[in-house]
Amino acid sequence: MPTPGKVAIVGAAEMVSPLGVFPEYSQLGLHAEAGIRAMKDAGLKPSDIDGVACAGASPTETAFYLGITPTYVDGTQVGGCSFMIHVRHAVAAIEAGLATTVLITHGESGKSGIGRGGYPMGARQSLNAQFEQWTGPTGPPSMFTIPVLHYLKKYNITQEQLAMVAVIQREYAAKNPNAMMKDPITVEDVLNSRMIAYPFRLLMCCLVTDGAGALILTSADRAKDFPTKPVYILGTGESVETPMVTQMEDFSSSRAFRVAGPTAFREAGIKHSDVDHLMIYDAFAHLPLYGLEDLGFVGPGEAAAFIGDGNTRPGGKLPLNTNGGGLSYTHSGMYGMYALQESVRQMRGTAPAQVPGAKISVSHGVGGMFAASGTVIMSNERP
Amino acid sequence: MAPQATPETQPYWDGLKEGKLMIQRNKATGKAYFPPRPFDPSDPWAEVEWFQASGKGTLLSYVINHRPPPGFDGPTAIAVVQLAEGVKMATNIVDCPQTPEALQLDMALELAPTKVNDEITLPTWRPAKGA
Repeated sequence: MPTPGKVAIVGAAEMVSPLGVFPEYSQLGLHAEAGIRAMKDAGLKPSDIDGVACAGASPTETAFYLGITPTYVDGTQVGGCSFMIHVRHAVAAIEAGLATTVLITHGESGKSGIGRGGYPMGARQSLNAQFEQWTGPTGPPSMFTIPVLHYLKKYNITQEQLAMVAVIQREYAAKNPNAMMKDPITVEDVLNSRMIAYPFRLLMCCLVTDGAGALILTSADRAKDFPTKPVYILGTGESVETPMVTQMEDFSSSRAFRVAGPTAFREAGIKHSDVDHLMIYDAFAHLPLYGLEDLGFVGPGEAAAFIGDGNTRPGGKLPLNTNGGGLSYTHSGMYGMYALQESVRQMRGTAPAQVPGAKISVSHGVGGMFAASGTVIMSNERP
Repeated sequence: MAPQATPETQPYWDGLKEGKLMIQRNKATGKAYFPPRPFDPSDPWAEVEWFQASGKGTLLSYVINHRPPPGFDGPTAIAVVQLAEGVKMATNIVDCPQTPEALQLDMALELAPTKVNDEITLPTWRPAKGA
């Protein structure tokens, strides 16, 4: 098991616009620009990087384009949590001596669609085509949401409570100059917004934007020599469950979450009460509910009341999705990098909605539609 | 776009052409699994067999997609049926208004296949008669 705090994030950069678009960049260009900005943040050059990880472009493309000669590459691409998993693999690679300095990049022309690859679900003989796609979904809004009616009924949770997730996250977005959606909303606003896939309305669904981000990791022993405050990796986790959301074992809980989250907590050797700040990938309003429960912050069926009672709002005891989340901040398609960036800002003390004195942050991602999961626990103090 | 069988799934699609839902189970334990594959994922060395499912199930969950792709007539429920045999599958609910009022969770469903072409008949379901 990796040793908590042996590897640190020493470079970070994010490209998010309140307009939601970067029309002057291709998808590969976004990867590269974010990587260059992260290198600048860390005071490094491409020749200092010997590990490359990315999703949305291949590590070959990114390394070639940025002039990097890696001894370690990771092209894990399991959806939006790929970047959490890249962090996990980079920790292991650095500890094992496969690389000293790993660059993780994300870039996605999710709105503008410049230089973007296709959605890999078309083949008529794939599992998805034979056993799911023929039922007529139109992308994630009508698929990722399929288990939710079952969940709501099982725990007697109302659509108003589901709407409250979006309302509270907007409170954070209002504090964030880069958030695309900043105006306050009410539960009524959410429930009166356009129906997308019953019971999901527009304001329960994530934004569609362009964006990018990059991280640089190295050993904690070197980390003190960098210009920014190191953010130490305490623990990480990863798992996958199913390529088809309709084949989840349990519609009220994600197995991938229940593996990745506890693995990270075990590695970090921390308790839930130690956590000062939490990010849970919110492609749709139900994700924070499943995340809070499957990571063990609350019991099964308790997350909606926990959020409704104000525990996760600004000033609450467990600030959640403090950038505004995929619902209100940005969502280019694979949002995980933005969750990680917000955790890094919170640990550096530079977040727009800074949690005062925060020392431990958990960043939890989903990939595909409950297909995959990755969790990263960070701290600004080396254990 | 209509699905296309693979060698591993051919008996499933062949069964549907005759109106039968053929799935697989572990011969020793009798436990069904889905989607079809030549082995039981809980014991890849066990003997497995195809058998005809009862065609009875219940409505586990759904969404009503208000932006359906071409070929669908208005808002369409994408549903998951929990089969009596213990497995679940994605489906459309036919012979039923596509509304929250008509689509009650846990309601009884029965198999009602829909022919697409000579090769593919889809495993659609409908509210159980007399339910």
